[in-house]
Amino acid sequence: MKALILIIVTSALINNVVLNQFLGICSFLGVSSKIKASAGLGGAVIFVITIASAVASLLYDFVLAPLGMAFMRTIVFILVIAALVQIVEMFLKKKSPALHKALGIYLPLITTNCAVLGVALTNVQNGFNFIESVFSGLGTGIGYTIAIVLLAGIRSRIKEEDLPAPLRGAPIVLIAAALMSIAFMGFADLAF
Amino acid sequence: MNKYTERIYNGVIKENPILVLMLGMCPTLAITTQAMNGIGMGLSTMAVLILSNLIISLLRKVIPNEVRLPAYIVIVASLVTVTELLIEAYLPPVYDALGIYIPLIVVNCIILGRAEAYANKNTVGLSVMDAIGMGIGFTVALILAGSIREILGSGTWFGLQVLPKSIEPMAIFVQPPGAFLVIALFVIILNAIGIKTRQRKLVESGCDGCCANCEMSCEKKEDAVKKPSGSAAGNKEVQA
Repeated sequence: MKALILIIVTSALINNVVLNQFLGICSFLGVSSKIKASAGLGGAVIFVITIASAVASLLYDFVLAPLGMAFMRTIVFILVIAALVQIVEMFLKKKSPALHKALGIYLPLITTNCAVLGVALTNVQNGFNFIESVFSGLGTGIGYTIAIVLLAGIRSRIKEEDLPAPLRGAPIVLIAAALMSIAFMGFADLAF
Repeated sequence: MNKYTERIYNGVIKENPILVLMLGMCPTLAITTQAMNGIGMGLSTMAVLILSNLIISLLRKVIPNEVRLPAYIVIVASLVTVTELLIEAYLPPVYDALGIYIPLIVVNCIILGRAEAYANKNTVGLSVMDAIGMGIGFTVALILAGSIREILGSGTWFGLQVLPKSIEPMAIFVQPPGAFLVIALFVIILNAIGIKTRQRKLVESGCDGCCANCEMSCEKKEDAVKKPSGSAAGNKEVQA
């Protein structure tokens, strides 16, 4: 149990997917202008990354590795993730219209989010088993949500500020991300 | 300047993928801790890009329009797997330095973006030149970012000591925050001299304009906001 909590804390805070590993930067910069939208995207990312890690881990352990086709993992994972997002969307639409309404418009954005593929590949690289992969996926999704919601909060404040012209738009967002990244470096000293 | 050399100029200067188009930010931020990594990442991406543009341009009349994105993804993923295996076998130091970011070339927006924006509409020769131009532009920008971070952060350049040892290097530049700061610096300079980067649009529109796929889902997303009932059908077309 302690190991699993450690995996969640590590992937959510210490190795934060956006601020430390730079995965999913596009949506991190693009969808972070409103807190509500970024929370919605965060929810969708948690959902998809957790399911994708589980499926990718099962596929790797029971299909690719026994057949000696581990080198095919990149192709298989990206196709599985693309199909999975599609299935999740159809399933949600049918079974849970409320959840679909909340997450639905963000789901297509996630297929090309490199965080999903990145986590699936990292899990394999770290030799995680099924349970560990699911928790690592969950932790990564939580880390992504924390980062994007915090950035959206910061952006809602700096929107009103009178900035020098060259700093407006992307640069100030990147600088805010840099400061957040410095703050998150503090988690590296967390001791267990 | 004929139309072939124009593609090179376009890729390196006019539409530089990192500095102007702001595509492929994940590897740019992640691996530019050293100038050397920039060369490794730039050349591997360029190899994949040239071959994917070549193949997609050759197949542009064969691949049905409805399934083009899955087809492109399979082509790119196969090429990336080949590249990864070659690097692992012949250049182990590069493989160790770039790690997970080699397989992640698959989701590099530059590659799908060029396939969607250029290779599926143009002749083989032009597509290959476009890929070479974009590849050089990407590599040059990576080396530039890598050089700044390496010189400021560890006082070396391509592993050689360039700053006097008495100057304490600012280690923050080789750590994750430095990546954001250096890219912010690039955009500030470009903004100050009046070059409109796509990043401004990207950030201000509040839309994931990362690559061809996302741009399309973006349009659908706006539709979806207008009339929620039509969203699912629209998304289905877009999805790979």
